[in-house]
Amino acid sequence: MKTFHIGGVHPAENKLSAGSPIREAALPKQAVFSMFQHIGAPAKPVVQKGDIVKVGTLLAEAGGFVSAPVYSSVSGKVNKIDAVLDASGTRRMAIIIDVEGDEWEESIDRSKDLVRLADRPELDSKTIVDKIKNAGIVGLGGATFPCHVKLTPPPGCKAECVIINAVECEPYLTADHRLMLEHADEILVGVELIMKAVNVTKGYIGIENNKPDAIKLMTEKAKQYPNIEIVPLKVKYPQGGEKQLIDAVIGRQVPAPPAIPINVGAVVQNVGTAFAIYEAVMKNKPLIDRIITVTGKSVKNPSNLLARLGTPFQQLIDECGGLPEDTGKIIGGGPMMGKALLSLEVPMTKGSSGLLIMNEKDARRSEPQPCIRCAKCVSACPMGLEPFLLSKLSAMEEWEMAEKNDIVSCIECGSCQFTCPSKRPLLDMIRVGKTTVMGIIRSRTAK
Amino acid sequence: MNLILIAVIVLGVIGLVSALVLYIISNKFAVHEDPRIAQVSEVLPQANCGGCGYPGCSGFAAACVKAADAGSLEGRFCPVGGQPVMDQVAGILGLAAVASAPKVAVVRCNGTCENRPRNAEFDGAVSCRVKNMTGLGDTGCGYGCLGCGDCVAKCQFDALKMDPETGLPVVDEEKCTACGACSKACPRGIIEIRLKGPKGRRVVVLCNNKDKGAIANKACKASCIGCGKCVKTCEKFEAITLENNLAYIDAEKCKMCRKCEEACPKGAIHAFNFPPRKPKTEEPAVQGTPDTPKTPNQNVEPAKAE
Amino acid sequence: MKPIISLSPHVHGGDSVQKNMYGVCIALVPALIACIYFFGLGAAIVLAASVVSCVFFEWAITKFILRRNVCTICDGSAVLTGLLLGFNLPSNLPLWIIVIGALFAIGVGKMTFGGLGQNPFNPALVGRVFLLISFPVQMTTWPQVHQTLAYTDATTAATPLSIMQEAISSGDPTVLSKLPSFEEMLIGATGGSLGEVSALLLLLGCLFMIWRKIITWHIPVSILGTVAVFAAILHASNPVYAVPTQVLCSGGLMLGACFMATDYVTSPMTEKGQIIYGISIGILTVIIRNWGAYPEGMSFAILIMNAFTPLINTYCKPQRFGEEVKK
Repeated sequence: MKTFHIGGVHPAENKLSAGSPIREAALPKQAVFSMFQHIGAPAKPVVQKGDIVKVGTLLAEAGGFVSAPVYSSVSGKVNKIDAVLDASGTRRMAIIIDVEGDEWEESIDRSKDLVRLADRPELDSKTIVDKIKNAGIVGLGGATFPCHVKLTPPPGCKAECVIINAVECEPYLTADHRLMLEHADEILVGVELIMKAVNVTKGYIGIENNKPDAIKLMTEKAKQYPNIEIVPLKVKYPQGGEKQLIDAVIGRQVPAPPAIPINVGAVVQNVGTAFAIYEAVMKNKPLIDRIITVTGKSVKNPSNLLARLGTPFQQLIDECGGLPEDTGKIIGGGPMMGKALLSLEVPMTKGSSGLLIMNEKDARRSEPQPCIRCAKCVSACPMGLEPFLLSKLSAMEEWEMAEKNDIVSCIECGSCQFTCPSKRPLLDMIRVGKTTVMGIIRSRTAK
Repeated sequence: MNLILIAVIVLGVIGLVSALVLYIISNKFAVHEDPRIAQVSEVLPQANCGGCGYPGCSGFAAACVKAADAGSLEGRFCPVGGQPVMDQVAGILGLAAVASAPKVAVVRCNGTCENRPRNAEFDGAVSCRVKNMTGLGDTGCGYGCLGCGDCVAKCQFDALKMDPETGLPVVDEEKCTACGACSKACPRGIIEIRLKGPKGRRVVVLCNNKDKGAIANKACKASCIGCGKCVKTCEKFEAITLENNLAYIDAEKCKMCRKCEEACPKGAIHAFNFPPRKPKTEEPAVQGTPDTPKTPNQNVEPAKAE
Repeated sequence: MKPIISLSPHVHGGDSVQKNMYGVCIALVPALIACIYFFGLGAAIVLAASVVSCVFFEWAITKFILRRNVCTICDGSAVLTGLLLGFNLPSNLPLWIIVIGALFAIGVGKMTFGGLGQNPFNPALVGRVFLLISFPVQMTTWPQVHQTLAYTDATTAATPLSIMQEAISSGDPTVLSKLPSFEEMLIGATGGSLGEVSALLLLLGCLFMIWRKIITWHIPVSILGTVAVFAAILHASNPVYAVPTQVLCSGGLMLGACFMATDYVTSPMTEKGQIIYGISIGILTVIIRNWGAYPEGMSFAILIMNAFTPLINTYCKPQRFGEEVKK
C-alpha cells in the first residue's frame, strides 16, 4: 500500500465521531464574520451597520488577487463592524450580524438533485475558476488558501494531475470521512470540475486505510468516472500534508521552497473543498457553511455538525452536550496542528475543521528533560530535517546556520515534538527560528 | 656526553630555523592596520555588546577612526563607556568630543498580576517570543509584557530582573548602559531606550496597548484608554501625542511638570525619580522605582477632596 | 475555567527517557542471568556494586557539587551505565576498584560535561578504560566459569581472545584448537569479562531493543557485518586468524556492538552516519585485536569513533525531502 517515504508518526486515532452522521447545527443568535478567513489580503467590507442581509449576500469583497470574498451565512441585520477575538488568538476585524429568520438569496439553488458536468456543457475552464473565485472558496482542509489562485497555474507551470486529499490524518477529525459516506456523488462531480478547471485528464483521491467503508463506497461510485482513481493509503501522520500526499500518490517530491506543488505538475485540493466547489458551480451556493467535527474524550455526543460560518464555538459545543467539567484545552482543529483557544466565544470560520475539547490531564505538558540525542526526531521528520539541531540553533539565535540546515522547509507538523522522549518543546523553538529566518530572507530579496 | 651535545645542537637549530620562518612569514603576511584603531580599542570597555551599533568594540574603533578622518565623531557613542570614554577617544584622535545625553531602558508596561488578570494558563517553552505566537498570550492585552524574561536573559550587564510578585521586569538604572539588547529582544517592543532626563527624572506612559479604550480597560486596570486628557494638559509644550489609542510623551519636549500624571484617570503615566508627594487619588500600584512609591497602603495623608 | 494555551502539537506519543533506559536494562536481563549462572557470586557482587556506586555518585554530584534540585537518577541512565560498566569487568575485581571505576565513569565521563546528553564519550567505556590503564593486572586476570561461590579468590585462566592473540604472535595456527567450541562461545561458557558471555543472549536482547524501537539496526549490523567480512578475509589469507564465527562470539564484540556503540548520546544522529560509524568501529576493532598490544580492541575502537561522532554529524545530513539523490 502506498505511503510517503520519509519519516512520519502514528498518533492514536481517536475517531470518536466516525459513526455519527452529519447533522445540521442550529442557527446562532449572532454570527461573526472575520475578514481574515483565508491566506492573503484581508477581505474588505461592503456592508455597513444597519444593512439587512440574507443568506448568500456578499458581506466583504476580496482584498486582492490572493484573497477571497466573504458571504453571509445568515439572514438579519448588520450590528457592527469591529475587532473581535478570533481563532488566531488575536483581535481582528469582523462583521457582526444579528440573526433574524433564515431567508436565502434567490440565486442559490437549494435542491438536492445531482447535477453532472455533462448536464452543463457551457462550463469551460475559465467560467469554473471565476465561479469558484466569486463564491469565496478557500482550502477547507484548514490551510484556507484561496482556491482560484491554486487553479491558476503561474506562467511556465503546467498541471498534470489533480490529487484530492481525503486522508484526514489528524486524530479525532471525521468531517471528511462522513462527507464521503454521505455525499460521494457530489464530491466526484466536484473533482471533475477541478480537473476541467486546470485542464487535466487524470484525478486521484487519496484515502487512508482507516476508512475502509469510504474507500469501498468511493471506489464503487468512481467506476462511472474512468479518469478518477481512488488510492488507498497506509495510515501515517502527516499524510495529509500537501507534499507528503503528492509523494505518496504519484511518487514525486516537491523540492524545497520556493518550489510549490504545481512545479511537479500536481494540484492538490481537500475533499471538502471539492464538495464546496460542486455547490458553488452547480448550485450557485457561495461558501457559507461547512462540516465541523466537535469531539473530545469527555464530550457527551461527539458529532459532525453542518454549521453556518460565524457560529460561535460555544453554541456548537452546547449542541454536543455542553463543555465538560474536566476541560483543560479548547483546540480549534486537530491535536497535532490545531490552535489552543482562549475562549469559546471565538466564531467558526472557513478553516474550522474541528473543535476538540481536551481534558486537563491530557492537556498538560510534561517537564522537559535534557536532549539525549536519541535521533528519534530525525527519524520522525517527514521533511528529512534535524529537529534537535534546528531547535538548538533557534534557541541560540544562530540564524545563518539554521538557514543552512533548511529550517524554512519545516511544515510545522509536530511529529518531532510528538516523538521526543525528553518531552522537549522542539516545535516551539523551531517556529521562532523559522519566522525569523523567513523575515531575514524576505528583507534580503527585497534589497 | 656526545649524545647530549648532539641533542642540544639539533634542538637549537630547529628552534632557530622555526623562529626565522615565523619571523619571515609574520612580516610577509602582516595585515596593515591603522595603529589608531588599536589605540582607540584599548580605551573601550571590551563588552562587545553592540550597543554602539557596530560589530563589537574593534568594529566601533574602526568606525571612530573613519569618522575622525571625515572630520567629526558625531553619531558615534559607546553607551557602556559613556561620556568619559568618548572624551578619551576624542583625545586620541585629536578631536573635540561630542556630548550625548545619557539614556536608559524603560519597561512601558504596568500590567502587574494585580492590574491585569490572567485568563488562561500558558504551557510551553518559557520564552516571550514563543508565548507571543499564541496570540494575545494569557491575558486580555495583546500588547503587554509576557513575563517570560527574554529581556532579562539578553542583558549582559545584569541590569534587568524579573519581579516575581508583579510578573514584570525591573530595570536597575545604575547598571543599565542603554545598549538596547533588551529592547530588541522584546517581541512586543515594550522596552524603550529613553533619555534618562535631568537628575534621572522622566515622565513616561507605562502602557503599550493600542486597542480601543473599552477593550484596554477590560484587560488591565492600569492601561492607557486613549482618552486624551493628558494631551490637553500638555497643550502648552505639545509633548504628548495620541496615536492608535495610545498616548506617547516625547522626552525631548517634556518639561517635567507632571500635570499629565495628575490628569490621567487610569494612572498610566508615571514619573521616575521625583521626590515623593502626597498622592491625591487612589492609584493602582506601580512596580519597580525606588523614589516614588505609590502603593495604596502608604497613603498616610487623608485624601484631599477634589 | 482557565483554558491552557500552548502552541501545537497538543499530544505526545508517550515515549520517555525512562522507557528507553529501562528498556535497555530489560534487554540485558537474559545476559545478566547467564553471567550469574556462569560466574556466580562474583558476578552478582560486581554488578550490584557497579550499579549502586554509579547511582550514588550521580546523586551525590548532582546534589552537592552541581547543587541542582532535579532527580536525575530517576531517568534510569545511571543504572544503565552501572550495568554496562559492570559487564565490562572481570568477576573477581575487588570492590574498591569497582567504586573508583564508577566514580570515574560517572564523575569524569558524564557529569563534568554537564550530565545526561552532554558527554562526548561513552561513560561506561571511559570507566572501563581508566580501570584497565590504572589496574592492568586486576583488569586482565579473568576467572574461569562455573565457580559459583567464588569472588576474588576465583581461579583464572586464558580467555578466547588471549588464545587468539597467542596464535597470531606465535604464528602457529594449532594454538587456535585451544579455543572453546563454537556452541560454548555462543552460549557463553567461556572466561572473560561478565559481558563476554553468551553472544546468543546478547543478540536476543538486541533484537528486543530493535523491536521496541529503542535502537535501529544500523549500528549493530554494520559493526558485526564489517567484523565478519574483515575476519573472513584475514582467515582466508592466513589460518592463524580465527574463523569469523568464533571472532564474532569472542570478547566484548557482541556487547559492544549491540549495547555500547548504540548509546544515544555518543553515536551519530543519521542512518548514513551510523553506518559509517559502525563500519569504522568494525575495522578498528579487528586491527587493534590482531595487531595491537591489547587482546580486546572493542572499547578503544568505540571510544575513538565517539570522538569522530560530531564530525560525522556535520557531514552526514539526512536526505532532505525533495532533494535529488546524486548518484
